[in-house]
Amino acid sequence: MAKASVRAFHKLEGWFSTYKPPGVHWKLVRDTIETNLLKGINAAPPPAPLHRVQFLAEPTNTNVSGGSSELTNTVSGGSSELTISASFVPSLANHPLVNGPDFQHIAVGVGHKLDVFSSGVLVLGVGQGNKSLTDLFRSVVTRDYTLEGEFGMGTDDFTHTGRLIERTTYGHITRDKLERVLAMMQGSNQKALLTYSHVDMNTQEAYEMAVKGELRPNGKSPPIITGLRLLHFQPPHFTLEVQCLNETQRYLCKVLHEVGLELRSTAVCKGVRRTRDGPFTLQHALTRQHWTVPDIIQAIQQHRSSRKTRKAKSTQLRAG
Amino acid sequence: MASACVQLCQRCASLSCSRTMGIITLKYSTHTHCPVALRSAFSVPVLLSVLHRRRNLTQSFNSGVRSFCEFHAKVQPSQKTHRDTDESPGDSLVPYQNQLRDGGMPLNEWETALDLDDIPAHSALEKISDKEAVQIDIPATLPPVSITLKDYVDQSETLRSLVLLGVQLWKLEQRPNVGSMLLKLDFQTDVVPRLTFLRQLGVEDSRLGYLISHNPFILTESLENLQARVAYLRSKKFSAESVASMVSRAPYLLNFSVKRIDNRLGFFQQQLGLSAHKTRDVVARLPRLLCGSLEPVKENLKVCKLEMGFRENELQHIVTVIPKVLTANKRKLTQIFDYIHNTMNIPHNLIVKFPQVLNAKYLRIKERHLFLQYLEKAQYDPAKPNYISLEKLVALPDEAFCTEVASATLEDFELFQKTM
Repeated sequence: MAKASVRAFHKLEGWFSTYKPPGVHWKLVRDTIETNLLKGINAAPPPAPLHRVQFLAEPTNTNVSGGSSELTNTVSGGSSELTISASFVPSLANHPLVNGPDFQHIAVGVGHKLDVFSSGVLVLGVGQGNKSLTDLFRSVVTRDYTLEGEFGMGTDDFTHTGRLIERTTYGHITRDKLERVLAMMQGSNQKALLTYSHVDMNTQEAYEMAVKGELRPNGKSPPIITGLRLLHFQPPHFTLEVQCLNETQRYLCKVLHEVGLELRSTAVCKGVRRTRDGPFTLQHALTRQHWTVPDIIQAIQQHRSSRKTRKAKSTQLRAG
Repeated sequence: MASACVQLCQRCASLSCSRTMGIITLKYSTHTHCPVALRSAFSVPVLLSVLHRRRNLTQSFNSGVRSFCEFHAKVQPSQKTHRDTDESPGDSLVPYQNQLRDGGMPLNEWETALDLDDIPAHSALEKISDKEAVQIDIPATLPPVSITLKDYVDQSETLRSLVLLGVQLWKLEQRPNVGSMLLKLDFQTDVVPRLTFLRQLGVEDSRLGYLISHNPFILTESLENLQARVAYLRSKKFSAESVASMVSRAPYLLNFSVKRIDNRLGFFQQQLGLSAHKTRDVVARLPRLLCGSLEPVKENLKVCKLEMGFRENELQHIVTVIPKVLTANKRKLTQIFDYIHNTMNIPHNLIVKFPQVLNAKYLRIKERHLFLQYLEKAQYDPAKPNYISLEKLVALPDEAFCTEVASATLEDFELFQKTM
């Protein structure tokens, strides 16, 4: 029978997703969650204290407290009689105050990272979940982002907080023009995807993969945008939705900048928000208030069950 | 045999940089009060192993592993048994041992003082009676060097009682030298008087564990010093209860000299320009102020004055309401103030009315403000209708905030958080 804290820990092993607020470093999120988990796990009741055997010399005329004494060795000599009796004494060596808490640190791993400026779904793995976390991100998964941009400014780090480099006009930009530019960018990225997938384009296999949309870059590749859509346009503000592979948040800010340049203007990024990371969506991401053990256990269980149903569905499809 | 062990000891002492270890080991071998026959059989192997350990010890020092000397844990029981039994072979060594405890003496004096040939020689083959055999106290095997206090807890009375008091030994043993310091303490002469002193001061039982876990050095501070410091605090008209609560909340307070405490009290009164009564109130509420460095406090005051632009009397009010502003991180302070003042457009006088806002979390303020703004309810001007005070914004828990201030559900708020 394992300790209560160990059992609690086994329940925690797996993946879950959190919602990282903007302006917070991902490491702070990870550390906060680790301390919360440690607090929750170590709050489990401590195991019963161990006992050690101690030999006590006692005169025989006093009653040895019953039950505990098993071995008695009486020595009679003259006036004083001494007995050695074995007794069980609670051992302090395993006391929680001496041993410290059972778990002093927990392996919490972070999936694809988010920089300080951006917000959104951040996947974390606990315990054994860390091993499979690397597998998850080796099988190339797409991620969804919403990017908020603003025309008319250009900064050195492509975000609105950076140093202002130039101001431009944006009156000439229409929704139509913007969508044309986005379609052009998506097309060039699609072309890049074909070359990096290293599949012979003149085969039936390549055709079938392309029809299903299963083409993925094979091996290393630069960031590739697989989908680009305009959500909202109200000059100078606009919002894009992006699906991409192998990206960094800095790259996405740069994409906005390039959109601005293509339109004979400039644009800055006002916010990067990840709405999906592989199978993890915004719906089940835990907000700041829910970074506690019970909520995390629930999220992990929920992810495990959803994975099972997904697997079952895919096998059914193959069979049918 | 015995003189051989002295020689060995000498060599081992000359090997080592400090002589203390040699003293410990000699005591270990000769001062066990078993019959000499047994003792002579034990002594040489023990010493050889000691020599061996010394080498290990130096290695372990080099590799940065801390080591604890176990000797005191051993000395205590043996002293007691001397008083009880008054056995002859040990008797001749008792005064000698006291000298050793006081600090040791040069090695050549040792040999003359300890006339080992005087002790009647017993053969190892000599039979001992059953009665004697029962009374032989074989010391429990304690590791001479260890990285945890766990090995000594069951043997040392001091450690045992500290655990029962609720002291977190696992935290203390991580601090350099604290482990060996605790082992060297004598329970009756060192620990008990200080504990009774703290109890008489009015420190609650439940706080003693916390106090010693954070400041174990209070057990080595002399009683006169402690009394002088408490007397000083009382002379500054701190009430008995406030002294007790200050000591229990700021563990290092009584380790500071009277001069230093006086210096700090003077500093706070001068810098803040408060009356004696108010200074006392501030310090009693946050006794940590007296223990920490003064430089961050000065910086925070400057930040409040110059960067935030609070006036002198406003600053005094803020400090008397929340003294924690003085020890807070100045970057966090300016971040919160910047957001409240420049983004939420709240003037100074409203912040002074509810200074707890400077103590709140930045993310909490930001999220709530943006939520209210989204609902078009962010109205912080008391002259207009639907005024939302800073207190309502910050102090309420999430649920109460959603229902009372934002008139929305908690789920709405969480969904909103995911759009930030």
